[in-house]
Amino acid sequence: MLLIRCPYCEEERPELEFRNAGEAHIARSTNMAGESDDDFEKFFFIRSNPKGVIYERWRHMHGCARFFNAVRDTVTDKFIMTYKAGEPKPSKLPKNSNEVVAK
Amino acid sequence: MAKAAAKTNASAMPSTAERRPALAGRSVSATGVKLEITPPAERISLRAPEASLAALSKALGVTLPTKPKTSATKAGRTALWLGPDEWLIIDEAGKDPLADCAKVAALHSAVGISHRNVAFSVTGPAAAAAINGGCPQDLSLEVFPVGAASRTILGKSEIVLLRSGPDAFRVECWRSFSDYVFTLLSEAASDAAA
Repeated sequence: MLLIRCPYCEEERPELEFRNAGEAHIARSTNMAGESDDDFEKFFFIRSNPKGVIYERWRHMHGCARFFNAVRDTVTDKFIMTYKAGEPKPSKLPKNSNEVVAK
Repeated sequence: MAKAAAKTNASAMPSTAERRPALAGRSVSATGVKLEITPPAERISLRAPEASLAALSKALGVTLPTKPKTSATKAGRTALWLGPDEWLIIDEAGKDPLADCAKVAALHSAVGISHRNVAFSVTGPAAAAAINGGCPQDLSLEVFPVGAASRTILGKSEIVLLRSGPDAFRVECWRSFSDYVFTLLSEAASDAAA
Protein backbone atom coordinates (compact mmCIF):
# COMPACT_ATOMS: atom_id res chain seq x y z
CA MET A 1 0.00 0.00 0.00
CA LEU A 2 1.18 3.51 -0.83
CA LEU A 3 1.82 5.88 2.01
CA ILE A 4 0.85 9.46 1.21
CA ARG A 5 1.99 12.36 3.32
CA CYS A 6 -0.89 14.64 4.27
CA PRO A 7 0.42 18.19 4.81
CA TYR A 8 -2.37 18.90 7.31
CA CYS A 9 -2.02 15.70 9.37
CA GLU A 10 1.76 16.10 9.06
CA GLU A 11 2.39 12.41 8.60
CA GLU A 12 2.25 9.59 6.09
CA ARG A 13 -1.08 7.83 5.95
CA PRO A 14 -2.29 4.78 4.01
CA GLU A 15 -3.61 5.47 0.51
CA LEU A 16 -7.05 4.02 1.35
CA GLU A 17 -7.80 7.22 3.26
CA PHE A 18 -7.26 9.37 0.15
CA ARG A 19 -9.09 10.25 -3.06
CA ASN A 20 -7.62 11.75 -6.20
CA ALA A 21 -9.30 14.99 -7.25
CA GLY A 22 -7.83 15.70 -10.68
CA GLU A 23 -5.14 18.02 -11.96
CA ALA A 24 -4.04 20.91 -9.76
CA HIS A 25 -3.34 24.58 -10.53
CA ILE A 26 -6.19 25.04 -12.99
CA ALA A 27 -7.39 28.55 -12.34
CA ARG A 28 -11.03 29.38 -12.94
CA SER A 29 -11.52 32.52 -15.00
CA THR A 30 -12.78 35.56 -13.10
CA ASN A 31 -14.98 36.40 -16.10
CA MET A 32 -16.49 33.04 -16.92
CA ALA A 33 -19.32 34.46 -19.03
CA GLY A 34 -16.84 36.30 -21.23
CA GLU A 35 -14.79 33.21 -22.01
CA SER A 36 -14.71 32.09 -25.62
CA ASP A 37 -15.84 28.55 -26.34
CA ASP A 38 -12.27 27.52 -27.11
CA ASP A 39 -10.91 28.94 -23.86
CA PHE A 40 -13.71 27.34 -21.89
CA GLU A 41 -13.04 24.00 -23.52
CA LYS A 42 -9.38 24.28 -22.53
CA PHE A 43 -10.27 25.17 -18.95
CA PHE A 44 -13.02 22.61 -18.55
CA PHE A 45 -11.99 19.56 -20.53
CA ILE A 46 -8.38 19.65 -21.59
CA ARG A 47 -5.86 18.14 -19.14
CA SER A 48 -2.13 17.74 -19.59
CA ASN A 49 -2.08 13.99 -18.80
CA PRO A 50 1.72 13.79 -18.90
CA LYS A 51 3.88 10.71 -18.75
CA GLY A 52 6.05 11.56 -15.77
CA VAL A 53 5.65 14.31 -13.19
CA ILE A 54 2.10 15.51 -12.64
CA TYR A 55 0.67 18.08 -10.21
CA GLU A 56 -2.58 16.82 -8.74
CA ARG A 57 -5.19 17.65 -6.16
CA TRP A 58 -5.80 14.97 -3.57
CA ARG A 59 -8.23 14.81 -0.72
CA HIS A 60 -7.62 13.20 2.65
CA MET A 61 -11.19 11.99 2.49
CA HIS A 62 -11.19 9.60 5.46
CA GLY A 63 -8.81 11.66 7.60
CA CYS A 64 -8.79 15.41 8.01
CA ALA A 65 -11.01 15.69 4.87
CA ARG A 66 -8.81 18.50 3.50
CA PHE A 67 -7.80 18.99 -0.13
CA PHE A 68 -4.08 19.36 -0.80
CA ASN A 69 -1.72 19.20 -3.76
CA ALA A 70 0.67 16.41 -4.60
CA VAL A 71 3.43 15.95 -7.12
CA ARG A 72 3.38 12.41 -8.45
CA ASP A 73 5.24 10.49 -11.10
CA THR A 74 2.70 8.76 -13.32
CA VAL A 75 5.26 6.18 -14.45
CA THR A 76 6.46 4.97 -11.06
CA ASP A 77 3.35 6.10 -9.11
CA LYS A 78 5.77 7.66 -6.62
CA PHE A 79 4.69 10.71 -4.63
CA ILE A 80 7.53 13.22 -4.95
CA MET A 81 6.10 15.77 -2.54
CA THR A 82 2.86 17.12 -1.13
CA TYR A 83 1.93 20.66 -0.13
CA LYS A 84 -1.10 22.51 1.18
CA ALA A 85 -3.86 23.77 -1.07
CA GLY A 86 -3.39 27.40 -2.08
CA GLU A 87 0.39 27.23 -1.97
CA PRO A 88 2.15 28.06 -5.23
CA LYS A 89 3.34 25.34 -7.58
CA PRO A 90 6.83 24.37 -6.36
CA SER A 91 9.42 25.77 -8.74
CA LYS A 92 12.00 23.18 -7.75
CA LEU A 93 11.35 19.56 -6.91
CA PRO A 94 13.41 17.74 -4.30
CA LYS A 95 16.44 16.06 -5.83
CA ASN A 96 16.00 12.68 -4.25
CA SER A 97 12.50 11.81 -5.29
CA ASN A 98 12.57 8.71 -3.09
CA GLU A 99 12.19 11.01 -0.14
CA VAL A 100 8.84 12.63 0.44
CA VAL A 101 9.68 16.14 1.51
CA ALA A 102 7.84 17.92 4.26
CA LYS A 103 6.71 21.41 3.48
CA MET B 1 -66.53 -2.78 15.17
CA ALA B 2 -64.15 -0.15 13.82
CA LYS B 3 -64.55 1.67 17.08
CA ALA B 4 -63.55 -1.39 19.07
CA ALA B 5 -60.47 -1.95 16.92
CA ALA B 6 -59.40 1.64 17.40
CA LYS B 7 -59.76 1.26 21.13
CA THR B 8 -57.53 -1.84 21.23
CA ASN B 9 -54.89 -0.09 19.15
CA ALA B 10 -54.88 2.89 21.43
CA SER B 11 -54.39 0.79 24.52
CA ALA B 12 -51.53 -1.13 22.86
CA MET B 13 -49.63 2.12 22.17
CA PRO B 14 -46.91 2.78 24.74
CA SER B 15 -47.28 6.07 26.56
CA THR B 16 -43.69 7.15 25.88
CA ALA B 17 -41.35 6.40 22.99
CA GLU B 18 -38.78 3.80 23.85
CA ARG B 19 -35.20 4.54 22.85
CA ARG B 20 -33.49 1.53 21.34
CA PRO B 21 -29.80 2.08 20.68
CA ALA B 22 -28.43 0.27 17.64
CA LEU B 23 -27.03 -3.17 18.54
CA ALA B 24 -27.77 -2.59 22.25
CA GLY B 25 -26.52 -5.36 24.48
CA ARG B 26 -24.44 -7.13 21.85
CA SER B 27 -20.91 -8.00 22.79
CA VAL B 28 -18.20 -10.40 21.72
CA SER B 29 -15.42 -11.90 23.77
CA ALA B 30 -12.52 -13.61 22.07
CA THR B 31 -9.16 -14.54 23.53
CA GLY B 32 -7.38 -11.24 24.11
CA VAL B 33 -10.15 -9.00 22.76
CA LYS B 34 -13.42 -7.82 24.20
CA LEU B 35 -15.84 -5.94 22.00
CA GLU B 36 -18.71 -4.02 23.57
CA ILE B 37 -21.22 -1.34 22.66
CA THR B 38 -20.64 1.76 24.75
CA PRO B 39 -23.59 3.47 26.45
CA PRO B 40 -25.24 6.38 24.59
CA ALA B 41 -23.29 9.63 24.78
CA GLU B 42 -23.78 13.24 23.78
CA ARG B 43 -21.75 14.20 20.71
CA ILE B 44 -21.26 17.31 18.66
CA SER B 45 -19.42 18.04 15.47
CA LEU B 46 -17.60 21.34 15.95
CA ARG B 47 -16.15 23.54 13.22
CA ALA B 48 -14.38 26.73 14.22
CA PRO B 49 -11.58 29.05 13.09
CA GLU B 50 -8.50 29.50 15.23
CA ALA B 51 -9.72 32.82 16.65
CA SER B 52 -12.69 31.13 18.34
CA LEU B 53 -10.78 28.29 20.00
CA ALA B 54 -10.04 29.99 23.32
CA ALA B 55 -13.69 30.95 23.91
CA LEU B 56 -14.97 27.51 22.86
CA SER B 57 -12.42 25.69 25.01
CA LYS B 58 -13.47 27.75 27.99
CA ALA B 59 -17.18 27.09 27.42
CA LEU B 60 -16.68 23.36 26.87
CA GLY B 61 -14.32 23.00 29.83
CA VAL B 62 -11.82 21.10 27.72
CA THR B 63 -8.97 22.59 25.69
CA LEU B 64 -9.51 21.88 22.01
CA PRO B 65 -6.37 20.18 20.70
CA THR B 66 -4.67 21.84 17.71
CA LYS B 67 -2.09 19.16 17.02
CA PRO B 68 -3.06 16.53 14.41
CA LYS B 69 -4.12 13.09 15.67
CA THR B 70 -4.55 14.17 19.29
CA SER B 71 -7.37 14.45 21.78
CA ALA B 72 -8.04 16.02 25.17
CA THR B 73 -10.20 14.65 27.96
CA LYS B 74 -11.56 16.37 31.04
CA ALA B 75 -14.41 15.35 33.35
CA GLY B 76 -16.00 12.82 31.01
CA ARG B 77 -15.75 15.08 27.98
CA THR B 78 -13.36 14.30 25.13
CA ALA B 79 -12.38 16.60 22.26
CA LEU B 80 -10.91 14.79 19.26
CA TRP B 81 -8.95 16.61 16.54
CA LEU B 82 -10.39 15.54 13.18
CA GLY B 83 -9.09 18.28 10.91
CA PRO B 84 -7.44 21.72 11.06
CA ASP B 85 -10.80 23.34 11.95
CA GLU B 86 -12.89 20.32 12.92
CA TRP B 87 -13.41 18.52 16.21
CA LEU B 88 -15.62 15.75 17.54
CA ILE B 89 -16.76 16.35 21.12
CA ILE B 90 -18.00 13.31 23.05
CA ASP B 91 -19.62 13.83 26.43
CA GLU B 92 -20.13 10.70 28.53
CA ALA B 93 -21.08 12.54 31.71
CA GLY B 94 -24.63 13.30 30.55
CA LYS B 95 -24.01 17.05 30.08
CA ASP B 96 -24.99 18.86 26.90
CA PRO B 97 -21.99 20.26 24.97
CA LEU B 98 -24.34 21.80 22.42
CA ALA B 99 -25.82 24.06 25.10
CA ASP B 100 -22.33 25.04 26.24
CA CYS B 101 -21.36 26.04 22.69
CA ALA B 102 -24.59 28.00 22.24
CA LYS B 103 -23.38 30.48 24.89
CA VAL B 104 -20.28 31.31 22.84
CA ALA B 105 -20.54 34.44 20.70
CA ALA B 106 -17.37 33.69 18.71
CA LEU B 107 -17.84 32.30 15.20
CA HIS B 108 -18.35 28.54 15.19
CA SER B 109 -20.63 25.78 13.96
CA ALA B 110 -21.77 23.11 16.42
CA VAL B 111 -24.04 20.32 15.22
CA GLY B 112 -25.55 17.72 17.54
CA ILE B 113 -24.74 14.22 16.28
CA SER B 114 -25.42 12.18 19.42
CA HIS B 115 -27.73 9.79 17.63
CA ARG B 116 -25.78 9.68 14.37
CA ASN B 117 -22.91 7.75 15.89
CA VAL B 118 -22.60 4.43 17.65
CA ALA B 119 -19.46 3.65 19.59
CA PHE B 120 -17.70 0.39 20.43
CA SER B 121 -15.03 -0.23 22.97
CA VAL B 122 -12.38 -2.68 21.87
CA THR B 123 -10.22 -3.78 24.77
CA GLY B 124 -7.60 -6.40 25.53
CA PRO B 125 -4.03 -7.21 24.53
CA ALA B 126 -5.09 -8.08 20.96
CA ALA B 127 -7.30 -4.98 20.52
CA ALA B 128 -4.92 -3.25 18.10
CA ALA B 129 -4.60 -6.42 16.05
CA ALA B 130 -8.38 -6.74 15.86
CA ILE B 131 -8.81 -3.16 14.59
CA ASN B 132 -5.93 -3.63 12.16
CA GLY B 133 -8.06 -6.40 10.67
CA GLY B 134 -9.84 -3.61 8.78
CA CYS B 135 -7.89 -0.44 9.47
CA PRO B 136 -4.65 0.27 7.58
CA GLN B 137 -3.15 2.70 10.11
CA ASP B 138 -0.10 1.91 12.20
CA LEU B 139 -1.51 1.33 15.69
CA SER B 140 1.76 0.68 17.51
CA LEU B 141 2.10 2.66 20.73
CA GLU B 142 4.97 4.77 19.30
CA VAL B 143 2.92 6.01 16.34
CA PHE B 144 -0.56 5.89 17.85
CA PRO B 145 -0.04 6.60 21.56
CA VAL B 146 -2.67 6.70 24.29
CA GLY B 147 -4.92 9.70 23.60
CA ALA B 148 -4.28 9.61 19.85
CA ALA B 149 -7.42 10.06 17.77
CA SER B 150 -8.02 9.98 14.06
CA ARG B 151 -10.70 9.66 11.48
CA THR B 152 -9.83 6.67 9.32
CA ILE B 153 -11.46 3.69 7.68
CA LEU B 154 -12.37 0.20 8.82
CA GLY B 155 -13.06 -2.07 5.90
CA LYS B 156 -15.50 -0.10 3.78
CA SER B 157 -16.76 2.15 6.55
CA GLU B 158 -15.42 5.41 7.88
CA ILE B 159 -14.69 5.40 11.61
CA VAL B 160 -13.22 7.69 14.23
CA LEU B 161 -10.65 5.87 16.29
CA LEU B 162 -9.53 6.93 19.77
CA ARG B 163 -6.95 5.14 21.87
CA SER B 164 -8.12 5.43 25.46
CA GLY B 165 -5.48 3.12 26.92
CA PRO B 166 -2.54 0.98 25.84
CA ASP B 167 -4.97 -1.90 25.24
CA ALA B 168 -8.20 0.03 24.83
CA PHE B 169 -9.78 1.73 21.81
CA ARG B 170 -13.02 3.54 21.15
CA VAL B 171 -14.42 3.09 17.65
CA GLU B 172 -17.07 5.60 16.56
CA CYS B 173 -19.05 4.87 13.44
CA TRP B 174 -22.27 6.02 11.84
CA ARG B 175 -25.36 4.28 13.18
CA SER B 176 -26.35 2.79 9.84
CA PHE B 177 -22.85 1.32 9.45
CA SER B 178 -22.79 -0.10 12.98
CA ASP B 179 -23.96 -3.59 12.05
CA TYR B 180 -21.24 -3.87 9.41
CA VAL B 181 -18.55 -2.44 11.69
CA PHE B 182 -19.56 -4.68 14.59
CA THR B 183 -19.58 -7.81 12.44
CA LEU B 184 -16.23 -6.96 10.86
CA LEU B 185 -14.71 -6.26 14.28
CA SER B 186 -16.11 -9.54 15.69
CA GLU B 187 -14.55 -11.51 12.82
CA ALA B 188 -11.29 -9.59 13.20
CA ALA B 189 -11.34 -10.20 16.95
CA SER B 190 -11.58 -13.96 16.54
CA ASP B 191 -8.81 -13.80 13.92
CA ALA B 192 -6.62 -11.69 16.17
CA ALA B 193 -7.10 -14.18 18.99
CA ALA B 194 -6.03 -17.10 16.85
